[in-house]
Amino acid sequence: MAQKRQKRQAARTFSSAMPTPRSRRRRLLMWRDALLLVAPFMLLYLLFFIFPTFRVVQLSFMDAPLIGDGPFVGLENYKRLLGDFLFWKSLRNTGYFVLLTVIPNTLLGLMFALMVIRLNRLKSWVMAAFFLPNMLTVSVVTLIWQWMLDSQFGVFNLTLGTNFAPFRDPTWAMPMVALVTIWWTVGFNMLLFIAGLQGIPKEYYEAAAIDGANDWQVFGRITWPLLWPVTALVLTLQLIAQLKIFDQVYLLTGGGPFNSTIVMLQFVYREAFQNFKSGYASAISVILFIIILVASLVQYRVLRVGGGR
Amino acid sequence: MRKGVNVPGVVGTIFTVFMALVWLFPLYWAVVTSLKLEEQTITKPPQLLPNPVSFASYARVLGESNIWRWYLNSAITSIIITFLVIVLCALCAYALSQLSFPGKNILYWTLLAGFMIPGQALIVPQFQLLADFRAINSYQGIILPQVIAVVTIIIYKQFFDAVPTELRDSAVIDGASSLRIFYSIYLPLNLGITWALAIVTFIGAWNAFFWPFLVTTSESMMTIPVGITQVSDAFGVQYARTMAVAVLAGLPVATVYLIFQKRVTEGIMMTAGLKG
Repeated sequence: MAQKRQKRQAARTFSSAMPTPRSRRRRLLMWRDALLLVAPFMLLYLLFFIFPTFRVVQLSFMDAPLIGDGPFVGLENYKRLLGDFLFWKSLRNTGYFVLLTVIPNTLLGLMFALMVIRLNRLKSWVMAAFFLPNMLTVSVVTLIWQWMLDSQFGVFNLTLGTNFAPFRDPTWAMPMVALVTIWWTVGFNMLLFIAGLQGIPKEYYEAAAIDGANDWQVFGRITWPLLWPVTALVLTLQLIAQLKIFDQVYLLTGGGPFNSTIVMLQFVYREAFQNFKSGYASAISVILFIIILVASLVQYRVLRVGGGR
Repeated sequence: MRKGVNVPGVVGTIFTVFMALVWLFPLYWAVVTSLKLEEQTITKPPQLLPNPVSFASYARVLGESNIWRWYLNSAITSIIITFLVIVLCALCAYALSQLSFPGKNILYWTLLAGFMIPGQALIVPQFQLLADFRAINSYQGIILPQVIAVVTIIIYKQFFDAVPTELRDSAVIDGASSLRIFYSIYLPLNLGITWALAIVTFIGAWNAFFWPFLVTTSESMMTIPVGITQVSDAFGVQYARTMAVAVLAGLPVATVYLIFQKRVTEGIMMTAGLKG
């Protein structure tokens, strides 16, 4: 639509394309302009993003305190990491969290999208209801759920007459954090699926209806295959987001009970900001970095295949 | 099957509405709790409606906590972040899209590489850097790392690429400067996405937890998402007040969303890589 407007405007103003004059002076001016336009962002980007990327690797070879350098210790931090049971625990917990959230959150998002898209008058209301939690900051979400699941006066425990405290139960803590995360974020996935569903040409469904296909056949033969690029996008976005899990875990369980919910990013936080061991924390960061990088490469491929960009 | 009521359809609609209500229940429960008197929050069985409706907990939260200060901090930092992201990214994208200069490709690939770098893995060096700048517990400390929004540049570049080059060429002949061409042609033609990106950036900045949490240790510098975690510690088991805090913290963005629903959705689609 925007493009059409632009074209119309262009047609009104010009009858024919004109060649760009290319004098030397003009080119130098253009270089200067480009530099001025690009510089502000690039300075911040290099300083706060690219430099830290190299710096975190450097720090991981040092025995550094929270602030400043430390002596170079080679691979010492990584060696220690391999023998640290908390590292393996955080790795396992992060994997467990990914398992508990990525696929359920994607499938539920798809289900909600399919449910919402066939509505008429209620559509925007129901969509807003599913998406509204997503607009809340994580600490509001955790405050609400801590109250909902309060062991004494939470609405579930009061109604059922129980004293269940999920965030203090090693078995239930992680699944409950996952549940809260799904409640919080599924609306986002739903939105992407709705956009994907709207992109499927109606003619396919009309043809299927003429051929007398039932709902399951329509879903299996038309909707699911044509929606696959979006599904792949949602899956990879989820994967990357959930590998970075920290906020909900920190606020709901603090990593407990008995480190049963400690995740990788929290391990980084604990070593750097509570134990003041930046070198060690950086080594964990590098591992996390590599894991997410692999996931991002997968995402990059998926986006290209899906025609996203 | 054709005539009369479509039974599976009606059942489906009822189920959908039921699920929507289930999804809204925690929000409803937070609001209801916040409107109760403290002693009514723990009655058995739980009361589904507040009786009487009381704003006492709101009055106490607004009067006795630092929440006004956190609102101010959140507003200042989010507005500055949004402004900087839009201006810096749009300018950078314009140069990448319309001007030719040496090193352009390297620049573009450096930016694309940023897509794959998780900011969360960089917190230690970023924190050190800001400590070197004496920016811990300051607005600069909260703002600067959040200004880096590569995805915004990529989106702008795609839209600028789509603007017909004839427009630019003639402006160049007329002797307009690059900056002038930017704000008299490229920006006006892309106001729609600018609004969408601005709203999404603002919401993201307002809701940001992890970085402000790391970089603010003094209560007076905290933003809303970080500050409210202190209140619940201070109030202990005062459920009505804790929920009043939650409602007050969530209300601004929820309102922005309900007003700008279309723009928010549009912005989210673009930043997620679905449209553009």
